[in-house]
Amino acid sequence: MERAIDIDFQQIDAIIDRYSGNPEALLMIMQDISDIYNYVPKEVVPVLSEKLGVRESLIYSVATFYKTISLEPRGKYIVNVCTGTACHVRGANRVMDALSDKLHINEGETTGDLVFTLEAVRCVGCCASGPVVTVNQETHGGLDSSKAVKLIDDYRRRADDSDGEQRSG
Amino acid sequence: MTITDVVQMTATGNKGVVELMGRLKDRDALGAFRNRLKEERRGQNRRLISLCAGSGCAAYGTAKVYRALNEELTRQGLQDEVEVKLTGCHGFCEKGPIMVLHPEGIFYPQVTEAHIPEIVEKTVRIGELVEGRLFKDPATKKKITHEKDIPFYRLQQRIIFGNNGIIDPTSIHDYIAVNGYRALEKALFDMEPLEIIAQIKQSGLRGRGGGGFPTGIKWESCRKHEGERYIICNADEGDPGAYMDRSLLEGNPHAIIEGMIIGAIAIGSRSGFVYVRHEYPLAVKNLTIALEKAWEQGLLGRDILGSGIDFDIQISRGGGAFVCGESTALMASLEGMPGRPRAKYVHTVERGFRQGPSNLNNVETWANVPIIIDKGADWYASIGTGTSKGTKIFSLVGKVVNTGLVEVPMGTPLRTIIYDIGGGIPRKKKFKAVQTGGPSGGCIPEQFLDLGVDFDELGKVGSIMGSGGMIVMDQDTCMVDVARYFLDFLMEESCGQCNPCREGIKRMLEILTRICEGNGREGDIELLEELCDMVQKFSLCGLGTSAPNPVLTTIRYFRHEYEAHIHDKKCEAGVCKALFHYEIDEADCTGCGLCARKCPQEAITGEKKKPHRLDQEKCIRCGICYEACKFDALVIR
Repeated sequence: MERAIDIDFQQIDAIIDRYSGNPEALLMIMQDISDIYNYVPKEVVPVLSEKLGVRESLIYSVATFYKTISLEPRGKYIVNVCTGTACHVRGANRVMDALSDKLHINEGETTGDLVFTLEAVRCVGCCASGPVVTVNQETHGGLDSSKAVKLIDDYRRRADDSDGEQRSG
Repeated sequence: MTITDVVQMTATGNKGVVELMGRLKDRDALGAFRNRLKEERRGQNRRLISLCAGSGCAAYGTAKVYRALNEELTRQGLQDEVEVKLTGCHGFCEKGPIMVLHPEGIFYPQVTEAHIPEIVEKTVRIGELVEGRLFKDPATKKKITHEKDIPFYRLQQRIIFGNNGIIDPTSIHDYIAVNGYRALEKALFDMEPLEIIAQIKQSGLRGRGGGGFPTGIKWESCRKHEGERYIICNADEGDPGAYMDRSLLEGNPHAIIEGMIIGAIAIGSRSGFVYVRHEYPLAVKNLTIALEKAWEQGLLGRDILGSGIDFDIQISRGGGAFVCGESTALMASLEGMPGRPRAKYVHTVERGFRQGPSNLNNVETWANVPIIIDKGADWYASIGTGTSKGTKIFSLVGKVVNTGLVEVPMGTPLRTIIYDIGGGIPRKKKFKAVQTGGPSGGCIPEQFLDLGVDFDELGKVGSIMGSGGMIVMDQDTCMVDVARYFLDFLMEESCGQCNPCREGIKRMLEILTRICEGNGREGDIELLEELCDMVQKFSLCGLGTSAPNPVLTTIRYFRHEYEAHIHDKKCEAGVCKALFHYEIDEADCTGCGLCARKCPQEAITGEKKKPHRLDQEKCIRCGICYEACKFDALVIR
């Protein structure tokens, strides 16, 4: 799905400046851009290329090599199901199946309303609390299928609330 | 509010009792500052409550408990008599969120907001225990009051990890007060660089990241090479099931910084990097704060403590690629490239990051350095076995009662770790294997439980130490599925530049997948072994050469499971859905109806208090009934 988004190029410049335009910081710059837009919009690639003095091909190479970078729009909430070994032996696949059913999307996909993206992550280092799901920067441990589904309802409500606020504000 | 927000709040709001001193200009200034901190702490008559804010406890809700505790203390007018400290990981993550009340060391596990009023009312106000909240030893059924008496802690030797539960990781004062940066003083003013290297060599310290290479020898060879030298900390903890590096970075970041500065003095470097996973936001945050504080106090940056030595550390955030744990890939990633390994005709200690001599050590290795310098190589070498010295932190996870981080001397038997510290297997299930070393490691069966864990002993049974992941598996774990799981991981994480790894792992995964789906063929085991041999011999980097380990060890010790999958089309563990079904044992079924209520397919029917029936046509083998049944009436056939 293509959606026109407004990119604040001044903000992009500020991020690049934070790293003094160092091409070695390319990955971190893209991570910071992702923190704002939840993905790296293709429109910023030529800007990065010019400001950092690297070829666009390298930018695409780095963006596709690392899991934390996406070139496709992702949801407001990125739901990461930990599939590390400890979570795996405690039933992470059942949690993934339940979330996939609930959201009607497969792993790696985003809901049509751009609220949720469902992804698998290779261990978030909360192995004693597994199965674990992270939603953006929040971590939820000790889950099973039904608790995971409830979690989505909570975030759905939060998304609706903030939508409402934006409209009334 | 996330835990990182809370940490941010305390970091900026709580400046401690001693006002910020600014730059410490020399050794005496640091010594005097440390004495003042210690004195002020001794003089304080306040109760201290430490609340674990490690990632494990945070996942169980530390942020809410912290807020509730502060509100309740204020409500009862006790806010000035009590100090609440958010600490790093205490290790007993299974029981999170963990609260410890000092000075007695009263241990309250699994604290929620609802427990707070009673704890404040009784324990904080009048020093009375809240009996219902105490830890109950599952083995003896007795209640245990103090943290130190709990079997999980009692049998450990926490020389690296011990300070985690005491200090606030965002406070450099806390670290200095427990003799932090004392080893740095020694390294700066009492020792020559070559003496430091000699001490590290003599201590017998070996790399904690997986390979077990002697640290002192690595430092020595890096120092020999001319050019701009770099010190790098590998915090790209990618092994699924291992999280000790995360907990050290989150809970005691100054120990790692101090270790790196000592390394820089020994090797002769002005510039250091910590390469840390983007998936560890709290580790990044606490490390960032720690670096700023160390810099402000003159312990990092130009002219450290007036010694004339300059050294600075930067953070680089990795992007979630397992292969970046490999040294050459990590350095490529630091340079802003995709993290692809290169052949090591020239070692990184000669030419690594930016073509300069580069010394890479893992987080836990760096955390060992200050202790060796402070307490001496002989003391350190007295711990451990003949070839593996010191302690090792293991993440004891999976099917074990007490999951968490465990620090024991090298050579501690697996049985002690899993049964005495770990409390054995939950729900009276049978132990099957323990997986060590992450995707590059192997599965160790019951007959080796008395093996003393060190670098060499694990190698003898076909596994590796790795970074210290220890995943316990019980009768419900299918070993073929485990092999398939790791290869699926490795196939995804292979960088794809060399054929044996890219194609070999993929083909092996196809074979394992068809075995798990019930389509295994005669000769599949032999074909797997042949592919393993090829991938092991011809892959470019460690990811490929060690990728066959999970397959080879499961074939070696659990060949019968492979054969049962292929020939009898049976998965006795009840994991491979095509190869088993559930049945209700009428003799054991009490007709409680729990399984019927939980079944999402409505496949279970029956009258109350009479044996139930399961409709095989409707069953999707989700396992919910099997997990739910308290009478073991659901059986795998």
